[in-house]
Amino acid sequence: MPVLNIKKFSFTYPGVDHPSLKNINLPIKKNKITALIGPSGCGKSTLLRSMNRIHDLYPGNKYEGKIEFTDENKQISDILDIKKENEFIELRQKIGMIFQKPTPFPMSIFDNVAYGLKIAGVKNKTELADRVEVALKGSALWKEVHDRLNKSAMGLSGGQQQRLCIARAVAVKPEVLLFDEPTSALDPISTGAIEELIVELKKDVSIAIVTHNMQQASRISDYTAFMYLGDLVEYDKTENIFLNPKEKKTEDYITGRFG
Amino acid sequence: MEKIFQKLSLSSASLVFVLLIGIFITLYTAAKPAIDEFGFDFVTNPDWNKEVSLNPTSLTDTVVDMEEDSLDGEIIDEDDMEIADEDDDAILDEDEDDMMLDDEDDAVTKTIYGGLVPIIGTLLTTLIALAFALPIAMGIAVFLAEIAPKNIANVVGIAIELLAAIPSIIFGMWGLYYFAPIISDLFGGYQVSLLTAGLVLGVMVLPFMAAITRDSMNTTPNVLKESAYALGATKFEVIKDIIFPFSKVGIIGSIILALGRALGETMAVAFLIGSIFVLPQKITDPTISIPVAMANNFGEASGLGESALFYLALILFIISFAIISIAKFYFLKKAN
Ligand SMILES: Nc1ncnc2c1ncn2[C@@H]1O[C@H](COP(=O)(O)OP(=O)(O)OP(=O)(O)O)[C@@H](O)[C@H]1O
Ligand SMILES: [Mg+2]
Repeated sequence: MPVLNIKKFSFTYPGVDHPSLKNINLPIKKNKITALIGPSGCGKSTLLRSMNRIHDLYPGNKYEGKIEFTDENKQISDILDIKKENEFIELRQKIGMIFQKPTPFPMSIFDNVAYGLKIAGVKNKTELADRVEVALKGSALWKEVHDRLNKSAMGLSGGQQQRLCIARAVAVKPEVLLFDEPTSALDPISTGAIEELIVELKKDVSIAIVTHNMQQASRISDYTAFMYLGDLVEYDKTENIFLNPKEKKTEDYITGRFG
Repeated sequence: MEKIFQKLSLSSASLVFVLLIGIFITLYTAAKPAIDEFGFDFVTNPDWNKEVSLNPTSLTDTVVDMEEDSLDGEIIDEDDMEIADEDDDAILDEDEDDMMLDDEDDAVTKTIYGGLVPIIGTLLTTLIALAFALPIAMGIAVFLAEIAPKNIANVVGIAIELLAAIPSIIFGMWGLYYFAPIISDLFGGYQVSLLTAGLVLGVMVLPFMAAITRDSMNTTPNVLKESAYALGATKFEVIKDIIFPFSKVGIIGSIILALGRALGETMAVAFLIGSIFVLPQKITDPTISIPVAMANNFGEASGLGESALFYLALILFIISFAIISIAKFYFLKKAN
């Protein structure tokens, strides 16, 4: 049973006359890493941003189809039905997101990681401290920052900031994490650290990751979806996509013939 | 080329300092006689242009004063001139009036000037203006930057920029004919008062604060807001925890600009403050501010009176400078 099951999904931006995503069918499987690949502008980010409805911060988008979300109590709901603010908040606490550029908030390292917990209503100081520590350890950042938790998060390196953002997302114990090119702004060593971290995280969460880096997709993902011009061309186990793709387009793309 | 450009920008930058120091020196020299005469008591003395007669017991004091003055060298000349002027007047009086008045003129009188009333007036009007404008400006800015749909935000934004462009004399007239009666109906007291002047001043600085704050809020990167929303934050939480801290520098900048404008505003306040040298007992009492005192009295002022006005100007300069430096260094340090 996939955590997210995208069915016949189409998406249109406001003021655009054609859909940017057309009839997408894609499962995001539980405790697996699903990679979304494809040339620039094919709609990877658009699809990912539909899964936590972050699109809805801006008015006028059109959705069609379904995105079924199976939560930890096996309750199934269509996240495209959500209309009320408190339902959005609930959804986004369960489905977290990490962006291309690190986005530390203008506050201390501790407060960054504790932020999601605080707004979710956790007030107990020791509980906060414990969960921040667990999240930072889980994001392989604890050793580097434990002695400067009260310093501004802006002073961390880019790679550390990105791990901080992961810690911040992990701290609220989401069920799904969405990564939109999380390493494209980072050096190879930081990239390696983040990849390791993502693989580590799939014990607890299900992951969808957009990447332009073929090696990254093949290294870390269990399933891969190849998208082209708003269509989902092929979805399969990662080794099948990379070793014997069924579609000519997929093969051309992964062998670097276009894109 | 590089060198020329460097030199050019360096000299423009130093021009600012030259101007600043030049203005300070001018004010100080012109205020020197009043500074020597009244010292720091000027700041605490509420009497402006008050004729005090020195009775015989204090005559010795004046003698001592004269001796002290003579130690100061150059100032003595101007003081002597003053005395000479007064003597001329006295002679004219003698010609016209009888012996009774003649006796009075023999008594030594001197005019004293104290700056307390306009200083208090300036500080209080500015304080009222900011207390009124700050929350409203923040509300407008948040509305424009985060809540209003684009087209409404644009229309209101233009309206605010127009409001900022209205000359202050129009605010003064509007305030006097329309706003002042409302204020006195609501709060009692006089129509022209500290409160009226402060509130109209607040209305005047409000568009600046709102526009600058909105602009700096708009510079908050979308991904930063999105990452907060992605953690389950509400709009209010995003505004409070992300947008405000992020645009803090801009907000402080807008407060500093507003402070500068409010401290120095003359025309509108001249219409509304009442322009009397009386210490206000209540917020609804009329009084006077430093710029208004200068504008109203410069025409007729001469000698020590003129110097006292320069002393006031110097104090305004120092107050503005101090407030703005404190705001800049203290808050900006905190923000970083
Ligand atoms: N806010 C928007 N309004 C209108 N069209 C948009 C908007 N954002 C993206 N698009 C369009 O939707 C299509 C898909 O964009 P999307 O950002 O999802 O691509 P992507 O696969 O993530 O590309 P990249 O790899 O460059 O990030 C593109 O044609 C893009 O121009
Ligand atoms: Mg993208």
